[in-house]
Amino acid sequence: MEHITTPKVEQVKLLDRFSSRATAGTLYLTATHLLFIESNTAASEETWILHHHIAVVEKLSLTTSGCPLVIHCRNFRVVHFVIPRERDCHDIYSSLLLLRRPASYDDLYAFSYNPKQSEQQRAGGWQLIDLASEYERMGVPCDHWQLTDVNRNYKVCDTYPRDLFVPVSASKPIIVGSSKFRSKGRFPVLSYFYQEKKAAVCRCSQPLSGFSARCLEDEHMLQAISKANHNSRFMYVMDTRPKLNALANRAAGKGYENEDNYSNIRFQFVGIENIHVMRASLQKLLEVIGTKSLSMTDYFSGLESSGWLRHIKAVLDAAVILAKAVTVEGASVLVHCSDGWDRTAQVCSLGALLMDPFYRTIKGLMVLIEKDWISFGHKFADRCDQLDGDPKEVSPVFTQFLECVWQLTEQFPQAFQYNEWFLIQIHEHVHSCQFGNFLGNCQREREELRLKDKTYSLWQFLLNDQENYVNPVYQPGFSETHPVLEPSTLPFSFKFWRNMYHQFDRSMHPRQSVLKQVLSLKASNRDLEKAARALEAKLQKQGVFLSIAVDSKSKDPVHPVRPKSLILSAPLNCKEDEQKLSVCDRVRTVEGSSSAENGYNEEEEEPASFTKPEPTLVSLERGVARMTC
Amino acid sequence: MAATMEAVSGPFIYADVLDYKNLQELVINNRITWLVHYSALLSAIGEANVALARRVNITDLCIQRPRTIYGVSKVHAELIGETDRWRLSCVNKDFSVCPTYPTAVIVPRSIEDETLKKAAKFRQGGRFPVLSYYHRNNGMVIMRSSQPLVGAHRRRCKEDELLLQAVLGGSDLGYIVDTRSAQLAKQATLIGGGSESKSYYINWKRLHRNLERGKVLQESLIKLVEACNDQSNNMDRWLSKLENSKWLSHVNSALITAGLVAECVEREGRSVLVHGSEGTDTTLLVTSLARLILDPECRTISGFQALIDREWIQAGHPFQLRSAHSAFSHARLRHEAPVFLLFLDCCWQLSRQFPLSLQFSEALLTRLSQEVYASNFGTFLCNNDKERPRRKGTQTSTRKSHFLKTNSLWAWINRPCELGRYTNPLYECNSLAIWPSVNPQSLQLWQGMLSVCLNGKPCTVW
Repeated sequence: MEHITTPKVEQVKLLDRFSSRATAGTLYLTATHLLFIESNTAASEETWILHHHIAVVEKLSLTTSGCPLVIHCRNFRVVHFVIPRERDCHDIYSSLLLLRRPASYDDLYAFSYNPKQSEQQRAGGWQLIDLASEYERMGVPCDHWQLTDVNRNYKVCDTYPRDLFVPVSASKPIIVGSSKFRSKGRFPVLSYFYQEKKAAVCRCSQPLSGFSARCLEDEHMLQAISKANHNSRFMYVMDTRPKLNALANRAAGKGYENEDNYSNIRFQFVGIENIHVMRASLQKLLEVIGTKSLSMTDYFSGLESSGWLRHIKAVLDAAVILAKAVTVEGASVLVHCSDGWDRTAQVCSLGALLMDPFYRTIKGLMVLIEKDWISFGHKFADRCDQLDGDPKEVSPVFTQFLECVWQLTEQFPQAFQYNEWFLIQIHEHVHSCQFGNFLGNCQREREELRLKDKTYSLWQFLLNDQENYVNPVYQPGFSETHPVLEPSTLPFSFKFWRNMYHQFDRSMHPRQSVLKQVLSLKASNRDLEKAARALEAKLQKQGVFLSIAVDSKSKDPVHPVRPKSLILSAPLNCKEDEQKLSVCDRVRTVEGSSSAENGYNEEEEEPASFTKPEPTLVSLERGVARMTC
Repeated sequence: MAATMEAVSGPFIYADVLDYKNLQELVINNRITWLVHYSALLSAIGEANVALARRVNITDLCIQRPRTIYGVSKVHAELIGETDRWRLSCVNKDFSVCPTYPTAVIVPRSIEDETLKKAAKFRQGGRFPVLSYYHRNNGMVIMRSSQPLVGAHRRRCKEDELLLQAVLGGSDLGYIVDTRSAQLAKQATLIGGGSESKSYYINWKRLHRNLERGKVLQESLIKLVEACNDQSNNMDRWLSKLENSKWLSHVNSALITAGLVAECVEREGRSVLVHGSEGTDTTLLVTSLARLILDPECRTISGFQALIDREWIQAGHPFQLRSAHSAFSHARLRHEAPVFLLFLDCCWQLSRQFPLSLQFSEALLTRLSQEVYASNFGTFLCNNDKERPRRKGTQTSTRKSHFLKTNSLWAWINRPCELGRYTNPLYECNSLAIWPSVNPQSLQLWQGMLSVCLNGKPCTVW
């Protein structure tokens, strides 16, 4: 609270990023949110911006209409306020700078967020995802894989979880020896077990091989992994880095496995770029798509030069190679990159998603993220910039994972139980710091923070809202015919994820949402069925039996039920409500569409005489023009 | 269930369309020469009695025959109820005024046929301004024509000016949307064409929007197909080839121009005349898209068929010349141009942005994109109505008699067993204009159109 000097500013204008629309309202600064409430009396919309979501705050130079404040958020919202007085603007600006990145974990929103749940509910939320039972589901421990307690106290590797699965034949000295030869002590452990072929997906970090060093224990370790799978005489070692990067690492005493030293391995580079390249790429992408009145040509050349889709393709390509090696060849694969917590997490989790239909369900994706990302120590705190840390550690690695999943949902619409809003919600909360799941960099840190006692779990929150995240065209039977997904990774199969990167830009979106429509149809269907049942029960009480109506409903529950008797006998106000609803719906779905927003007329001649904006708009437009000059 | 007579003035008589005897009497007693069938059964009654619906409803009979003047007369019939400013003119009944127009066109009532004939001489190919769309909300119209033959000597034509003045009625401003850039329009004067001069058409304001046509468009499609067939599996290469093909830029500018025209009509409350040079390609693209944006009726399956029938087939889009060869061939034919394909792509973009507002599904668009190049049906044959014979027996040329043997695609599609496939299950009537977003991020590549050459599976769900 001590950072807030000006909690409320009136007569602030919010400018739309792409059209010339502006709305006036009041800006409030609270301990957790920046809040803008439109002063328009009829439908005063509210814009809530969580402090932790703010990536960049910019104060632009003063204009006649006020002082512009531009805020870029991690969830890709960009807001442009114009604050009448410069002093207010400066107060808000400096407060936000302090508020957006707290110095310690205790100041994060998750520790003050209170959804009014009992302790029991909170604990229940944390017990929702149980990795032990997940490994059991995969089929381990078995006669070749066992649970090791070597990392019980985080002694061997402090960024790994306590419970790890290793080959039965890998003894403790071998594990410890191997971990000493791996960067950050991240020795090879099981990530996913493909039961059908007894093939394993393992993960680790790069070996400290330099130019010639070798380690017998590490060689034994790989040997043990290879031997644990009788289906294949060899195993793959997948280095997810470009070869050049791996070579450069050798000079620093790190590097990659020498095929001569390890028996029966096949070594392969797959060429995913590092976190710095990814950060720059997203930066470039956001710059391009944030351009006002972007031309088609600039859009495509910007998309190309940002390289974003190229990187997405590289990640998915690697996952496809992994899935093929495991499911088709039945070979075990060891995946690593430099430290084994970024690219390795991407490739292992996407590979598992391709191989196992369970991860294509709502619960399954939670488990997958909990396992490959949270427990194996993807550095969420650093990558998502939760605390005031090193900006060079920030990188959209997890965002890329979510985008890859989305690209897959576009190719296989009926294979996924969740829809894109589920992915977007997860992305939102990875950065919101509202829930404890993603705080910190590794399990040890999370335990020290006592997150399970002090914060709530996101998964419970998402499950409570589950119906909004269900993909209406999901076919559970699809997984039986297609247990392994074989996506096309040809360039034209990749699309720009507009709903993610333009989530808050209303003018960009399809003007009507199929998803919303189907969901509301389903909801109204449920209500109608409920009403029908209630009415039938009433009738039965009166001693009247309507057998025909009952039959027609139970036969065909998918179609909106529309029995004549129901509508006629329903209470009058019920009917009115329905009509109201549909009217609202229509207004809502089409409201986003207005010709003024689209600017068909932007390129030529006098636009002022043509589009006839409201007087306030005109002055604002001029204000903006001057500001940019 | 009442038949409406075309009545300029004079007695109104109510008649039951099913009562043939009474109807016959009426016609004879009143010496009626024009009978416009303008009735339809309410769908609820129609469903209950299909046979009756088929007998009464005109759609089944008319648009299923490619040789009817369904579109024009139906629009005129609708107009009768709205306004008396427009009339159906048969000045072109023997195709002498304009070989590429249908026999009947809609023009301002105050303009005589003689004036039309003179105005036609001032327009390339005789395509004088005719009504394309009447916007019911405010009585404004979209007209279309070809370029005026201004030439280097800056010729003028009083009749043409009169015609356009009559279009405006009492209004003091209309917009002329030229689908060429100002520079191209100027260049056209050197070869006899040009655009309406400000001093002669004082109440009209010209807007230029450059839409590519002809060879450029064909080249663009060829490049797009090439990009899709690229084997290198390289993202950067794909994006740069996609950009280089410019196909989506053409989609973008077509939507922008159509949006502009619709904006003039709906928001500005002005009438618009659209033309390019010949008035058979980009002009039709723009007017039909603008209609789709404005008119909820065009977004139904039958309305969309009628739109294509009227705005493309009867309006004289030279399908035979434009789609002679497959779009996916490398042959550079002189008149080949995928204008209609571009139209379908724009429709698809609209269907993406308004998935609930169009009654037809992507399957119909994909089907049409194939039918227009290779078809079992006669719907897209020939270049204009003149080439399409009207009655059996009167024609001698073999090509024309072949045409008579063909069937209508619409009739095939409208069979109940087929129709389901082309229907959007989520459709609900939306009476508002649908303004498409024209941001590059809002447009997508229509894989369905290219499914022939793409090895991947096109997305089947919405």
